[in-house]
Amino acid sequence: MPENPSAITRDQVAHLGRLARLALTEDELDHYSAQLADILAAVARVTEVATPDVPATSHPMPLRNVFRDDEPRESLSQAEALAGAPVAEDGRFRVPRILDEE
Amino acid sequence: MSALDLTRLTAAQLSELLSSRTVSAREVAQAHLDRIAEVDERIHAFLHVDTDGALAAAGAVDEARAAGDRLGPLAGVPLALKDVLTMRDVPTTCGSRILEGWRPPYDATVTRRLREAGIVILGKTNMDEFAMGSSTEHSAYGPTRNPWDTERIPGGSGGGSAAAVAAFEAPLAIGTDTGGSIRQPAAVTGTVGVKPTYGAVSRYGLVALASSLDQAGPCSRTVLDAALLHEVIAGYDPMDSTSLAEPVPGVVASARRADVAGMRIGLVTELGGEGYQAGVRQRFAEAVKILEGLGAEVVEVSCPSFEYALAAYYLILPSEASSNLAKFDGIRYGLRVGDDGTRSVEEVMRLTREAGFGAEVKRRIMLGTYALSSGYYDAYYGSAQKVRTLIQRDFAAAFAQADVLISPTAPTTAFRLGEKLDDPLAMYLNDVATIPVNLAGNAAMSLPVGLAPEDGLPVGLQIIAPAMADDRLYRVGAALEQALFDRWGGLLIEEVPAR
Repeated sequence: MPENPSAITRDQVAHLGRLARLALTEDELDHYSAQLADILAAVARVTEVATPDVPATSHPMPLRNVFRDDEPRESLSQAEALAGAPVAEDGRFRVPRILDEE
Repeated sequence: MSALDLTRLTAAQLSELLSSRTVSAREVAQAHLDRIAEVDERIHAFLHVDTDGALAAAGAVDEARAAGDRLGPLAGVPLALKDVLTMRDVPTTCGSRILEGWRPPYDATVTRRLREAGIVILGKTNMDEFAMGSSTEHSAYGPTRNPWDTERIPGGSGGGSAAAVAAFEAPLAIGTDTGGSIRQPAAVTGTVGVKPTYGAVSRYGLVALASSLDQAGPCSRTVLDAALLHEVIAGYDPMDSTSLAEPVPGVVASARRADVAGMRIGLVTELGGEGYQAGVRQRFAEAVKILEGLGAEVVEVSCPSFEYALAAYYLILPSEASSNLAKFDGIRYGLRVGDDGTRSVEEVMRLTREAGFGAEVKRRIMLGTYALSSGYYDAYYGSAQKVRTLIQRDFAAAFAQADVLISPTAPTTAFRLGEKLDDPLAMYLNDVATIPVNLAGNAAMSLPVGLAPEDGLPVGLQIIAPAMADDRLYRVGAALEQALFDRWGGLLIEEVPAR
């Protein structure tokens, strides 16, 4: 448990923005650092009852692996799959450059 | 029969008129399209009205009926579909700029089942962006207004679906409920809303908010109408790995049975006391008396872990949402911003997501990113998952004493637009009574039990059943609805002022 969960800093919010791929503005950094601190202080209550003897539940029903028969079937055509793309070229998604990142 | 009359009928009434060929599906569809044209500029329940598609679907039902085909009970009945479910070639935005203009290449399983039942889909309804909110004010396309008072919120995230039903723009709608997004809008608009058991309705084509909590369900003006729609959309689907294989409980038969004699109904001590508006408590207490009068045995049950449900939910939901929403990156569909040939893919993703997401979505993505980050994971996400276990245990103990549980659906009636918009913690409290059900995965319904004396706005009562016992919701709900109908001489929704 962090010492004081309400002490989330502006720098931490900027870091979260980078992790979550959000180009946050200066105003947003101010606004969100205050709001996230309030929310985190409220939700930290879960630690009061989450004792080691209690097992975790990730899902309301027991999950099991689901398989289907390996049979060919209809799927989206290439044109349908690309129909919503912001930019497509030669039957593929066109993406901004992926190399030489900072 | 005049167009106005057709929009005032329930789905069950329309079903009879359609099957006896007293009215055509095209007439019914046109009447509702006319009603939408008349009131939706003010209400803003719809993001997209599919006039041509609706009339074509209605025409196909009329032709099939004329040819003597056997049709389901809801064939030709119109419906409003929440904009979080895909519908082939019809815009699906999830209330977000990031999906503006996107036309999905496939139908959600729910959409497919609606079409196969001959239900006429009028259009897509407004919602809080990616279903995050309790007021529909977080829609990127402007809020929906409550037909009872257009200066007030219609609830959220499915405010558009509830308002469409309450304003007589559609007799039926589909909502989705992750923490109360069907039930709380039903409560504040005087309509009926059901969150089925998790896994009962396929999530294929439901754009995920929190995969372990999301569930689609019916919105309507009567309990029987909700049951008729429930039977259409529920059932096993191999396209959803969490779909339940068990048969769907007989919810229509239960709604028709409408009998609570001998049932044990549990009042949840932790839901309904302090923090609940006086008029909400008063109408709830009167409904409890009615249920006792109908022969139900009312017992008090305690669910002490519910106190921690809201906190657990606002860790689990943002964690799942931050993962689910990572796919909106400007590459395969939707918005792309800043791709000027010089920027890297990561910069373009950051600019796209910054421009495409609204404030609440960003807030929850960051909250989830934080809760899942190394060093905080065990304390936050791990603890929240333990609370989930405790809540399941509370429900198990409560259902050992009672067949169903009841509580007010929401702590207050509809609040004013703007009142809680930039106060996330105050907004989150709207779902305090509905969230435990999503965390445990069982079934619940909200139905109207009157108007709060202090503000004249609808109050909802929540019925909660164990997983796969959705039929009990309909038995109790229909019995209470009938008793209130007899007392009022009609449905509460007939009093709605929006004309």
